[in-house]
Amino acid sequence: MSTRGPAGTAGDLGTIVAAGASAVLVGFLGFPLAALVLRVPPGELIRRLLDPALLEALRLSLITSVAATVVVVALGIPIAYLLATRDFPGKRLLEVLIELPMVLPPTVAGVGLLLAFGRQGLAGGALDAVGISVPFTTLAVVVAQVFVAAPFFVSATRAGLSEVDPRYLDAAATLRSSPSRTLLRVMLPLAFPSLLAGAAMTWARALGEFGATITFAGNMPGVTQTMPLAVYIALQSDLDAAVAMSVLLLALSLGVLLAVRLAAPELTPLGARARAASR
Amino acid sequence: MMRLRQVVLLSALLASPAMAQGAAPARVVTVFAAASLTEAFRELGPMLSGQENGAAVRFNFAGSQQLAVQIEQGARADVFAAADQRWMEYLRERKLVDREPRIFVHNRLVVIVPKSNPARIRRLEDLAKRGVKLVVGAEAVPVGKYTRDAIQKLAGQAGFPPGYGDKVLANVVSQEENVKSVVAKVQLAEADAGFVYRSDVTRQVARYLDVLEIPNESNVLASYPIAVVAGSSNGKAARAFVDLVLSQEGQKVLAAHGLLPAGATP
Repeated sequence: MSTRGPAGTAGDLGTIVAAGASAVLVGFLGFPLAALVLRVPPGELIRRLLDPALLEALRLSLITSVAATVVVVALGIPIAYLLATRDFPGKRLLEVLIELPMVLPPTVAGVGLLLAFGRQGLAGGALDAVGISVPFTTLAVVVAQVFVAAPFFVSATRAGLSEVDPRYLDAAATLRSSPSRTLLRVMLPLAFPSLLAGAAMTWARALGEFGATITFAGNMPGVTQTMPLAVYIALQSDLDAAVAMSVLLLALSLGVLLAVRLAAPELTPLGARARAASR
Repeated sequence: MMRLRQVVLLSALLASPAMAQGAAPARVVTVFAAASLTEAFRELGPMLSGQENGAAVRFNFAGSQQLAVQIEQGARADVFAAADQRWMEYLRERKLVDREPRIFVHNRLVVIVPKSNPARIRRLEDLAKRGVKLVVGAEAVPVGKYTRDAIQKLAGQAGFPPGYGDKVLANVVSQEENVKSVVAKVQLAEADAGFVYRSDVTRQVARYLDVLEIPNESNVLASYPIAVVAGSSNGKAARAFVDLVLSQEGQKVLAAHGLLPAGATP
């Protein structure tokens, strides 16, 4: 880490450059969002938002993204705990593997899911034997969302758990608390803000999932057509409907981020990851 | 300061290929074409650049509806070739294509099933069986519209059970945004059947697929219009491409890819 430069002309210049660059980036990020909001007049927007087709997509999006988040939290806590507290061979590899979906193009994830869980996929025969066919179902939407969104929760939770002060763990051990009891009663409550932030980011990522979904689950209103798919399809025939849906998604995403900030001001995933990295 | 110099150097390096290109006359025709034209047009591209003073051709293949919206939103295209007249008309009404669009080729629909044929579909009647996983184009996509027309026509034919149309449509598990996605899902045998153009059964995919022909009286005749995009900065080369597509030579290539030359059909 570098220290802040001494006050003087160089420092002032740095400040000006930094402020300028920040203004450019903030403007760049904010401009398209403003354009979305400004495109459709509020009355028209509300009318559009009550469109049954949109409500159907919204309902499906909410159900699948919440289901995906529940699955990720249930399966993510154990592995986050392992990564935070244990050292074992292959740990680095496992970490990379778990974080890979964050950077993998979602379409690639979708093709992989098809070849794995599709009817003709590697696990297709086994799934078929128990009467499950995944592609083109709502289940496929949830599977795609879990795949792409899980890393966000695992990373944040792992960072939160590894920040728990070891003295608490020593104290718990002295009191003969079992490791699972320590996890449930000491670590998880202390790391709760990280869990919350991770779950929120996972939910938001699941809500926005597009590429893996359209590849693996297809596009069927009421079954697999989530909001992002509905936006994409509407864009090809009814621009204003697409904009109305986009504004709604924007508001939802913004709401989640704000809620996380208010609930855990210091602990957005970015903050958690940055601090974990600086250790 | 060191940093800044590195940045400048790096940008210069990145910019140089672009500048080198700028020095030579950049003659590239950008063709926005319906996904079903992919293979045929890819063969036509080199034919244009092979001509004397021929321009290079760059393609953007997607659903016609998507291409039309892209052009409306200002995408730089020189030629637009659509799979139905609806989207060409959409651009013509907005004065975004110039001259009269020309119908350059026709196409027919077929039903494709995977070679493994998991749903045991032998006849078109079988598409109405319960539990068949059918994949079609979305309604906004030309092939999706044609598919719905064909299903309605089939439902009216003698020998087809009552309620055929509704039963077939109830079997749809996905509405894809271009015809190639329909092919992919049947090719992977994730879907039991799909409605695509005959020209989509290309050599690359034919070994994975079996084809069920739709009789002409129940089939639709898809008509493909082509036009130069208004305000094309490359009008002459764009017109050369359109001429090539309409030429005897070009029509021969299209026919070789399973498309029906414009002059040959009613």
